[in-house]
Amino acid sequence: MSNWRFCLLLATLVVAFWLAGRLVTNEYVFFTGYAVLQYILLATAWNLLGGYAGYINFGSAAFFALGAYVSVALNKLVELPVPVLILAGGVSSGTLGLVMGYLTLKLRGVFFSIATLALAIVFQAVITNWEFVGGSSGAYVIRPANGPWGGPYVEYLFYVMLILACAAVALARGIERSAIGYGLAAIRDDEVAAEISGVPTLKLKVLATVLSGTLMGMAGAPLPFYVAYLDPPSAFNLSYAVNTIAMPLVGGTRTWIGPVIGAILLDGVQEAAMVTISSASNLLLVGLLMVAFITLAPNGIVGLVQSARRRK
Amino acid sequence: MVDPLAVLNAVVAGVMLGGFYAAVALGIAIAFGMLDVPNLSHPAFVVAGAFATWQLNSRLGLDPVVAGVLLTPVFYGLGVVVYRLYHVCFERRGETALQGLAFFFGLLFITEVALVMIAGADYRSVVAPYIGSSREILGVTVPNRMLVPFVVSIVMIATLHQFLLRTFTGRAIQAVAQDQTALRLMGIGPTRIKAFAFGVATATASIAGALLIIIEPVEPSVGRDFIGRAFAAVVLGGMGSFWGMLFASIILGITESLVSDMWNPSWAPAIAFGFLLPTLAFRSSGLLGRRL
Repeated sequence: MSNWRFCLLLATLVVAFWLAGRLVTNEYVFFTGYAVLQYILLATAWNLLGGYAGYINFGSAAFFALGAYVSVALNKLVELPVPVLILAGGVSSGTLGLVMGYLTLKLRGVFFSIATLALAIVFQAVITNWEFVGGSSGAYVIRPANGPWGGPYVEYLFYVMLILACAAVALARGIERSAIGYGLAAIRDDEVAAEISGVPTLKLKVLATVLSGTLMGMAGAPLPFYVAYLDPPSAFNLSYAVNTIAMPLVGGTRTWIGPVIGAILLDGVQEAAMVTISSASNLLLVGLLMVAFITLAPNGIVGLVQSARRRK
Repeated sequence: MVDPLAVLNAVVAGVMLGGFYAAVALGIAIAFGMLDVPNLSHPAFVVAGAFATWQLNSRLGLDPVVAGVLLTPVFYGLGVVVYRLYHVCFERRGETALQGLAFFFGLLFITEVALVMIAGADYRSVVAPYIGSSREILGVTVPNRMLVPFVVSIVMIATLHQFLLRTFTGRAIQAVAQDQTALRLMGIGPTRIKAFAFGVATATASIAGALLIIIEPVEPSVGRDFIGRAFAAVVLGGMGSFWGMLFASIILGITESLVSDMWNPSWAPAIAFGFLLPTLAFRSSGLLGRRL
């Protein structure tokens, strides 16, 4: 399927969701749907660098929270529509990705990963000390009662996130099948060989980091309006970092569909576990699933399906 | 005007703190610095060691340091199991980069959540005669709950350093760190040596955990704060260098202590990153280490 056709398919999907949404009266559906879409976006963003190039970013929470706090800060200064805030969040996190990438991507991947892990901690310290956005006591954001076209505001946020998630998936699919994607795959398989064969490894890695960071910032920007109250421990919650990594790894990191499957599956499992068991055990479940998949099925669910097909 | 005595106080406190950081970083200096195994879960093991020490202390009334030492065989065993699993699943397949890191990150997370489920999310502390008292050094009052961990940490690092220099096994570990291919060509399998060394690295976590709970009350998620610090100390000190790691830990401790006293304690966790990023970007061989 060509990229245009795929985009058309996604657009049809958005319209279908919108039409179906007319029939939904329960706001909870949009609340839950938003969370799933947010994770699809985050997992897809992470996979651009982690899955395609094999560079693990442990600092998703930092990129995500930066987007969220840029919107809190801007919202305090002037009233801006959410799409503008999303752009601002994306630009800030993308810039962060650019700086991080240039400083650490020349070294082996392990060092990049450790630096991203530390990044989340340093950003939390910065935000905790930044009184303007509420510091350690957190910030309240007044959520408008209705979206710009009527209906509850959460419904509006849901469609915004739906469009973002679809755009990210289309982007990931496009990259996967382009020269950039092949270059990134070459880096993942053997970076030295790729460099010698003339793949501009550093450029591609930085590009992937910037794109990935931008998407994560965009995912974070609407968060303050979704939760209405944002404090550092919840914005930098470890569960974002863990889920963002676990979802592509469970779904499969080689293709665009992997993170989507992983996000829907893991979020569903957690929703179910939250209701039936406790919230601590539901995080344990994610951790165990992640470790089980990396040790037993390194190519995720997509890999399992592919090898089952081959055997037939 | 800054009071010179206050600065001296902060520096001495920082040296003590840095000595303790070195105890946490020691396991990573072995696992990551020498064996190239990026054991992100080490700080979580340290917290597990702290909780095990708390159990022995509150149930049997054992001294925390003694409890930490008694726990080392258990942690050694844990380390060997973790390394075997890592080796079978990733190292042997040659997929160390992406999958291995995610594996250790998962372990970190599982350990933390498991501790919450077993022991609860509350702060725990230990009882020992020296906690609460203090003594005077260089005209500065040093609480014993900082001094004891500092001394134990230095003894532990010096002992392991001598072990690596003087014994046959210790030298074999250094050989693994220097050139695994050469070792294989000599007909020696690096796996057993690495499993042993990784076990030793993990065993240091129980002692470091005991020191941690002497210094401050511990809850399951505090381990995360030490990941950045410990890796910063190892990278800044130079991969594979114990003294470099100790030196870097002490610099880190002094800086954190000065910033906390003079400015704001909530900035302290960010300092490690302030050291780590420039080191990675501009001087990747660290202060005293081998080239990356």
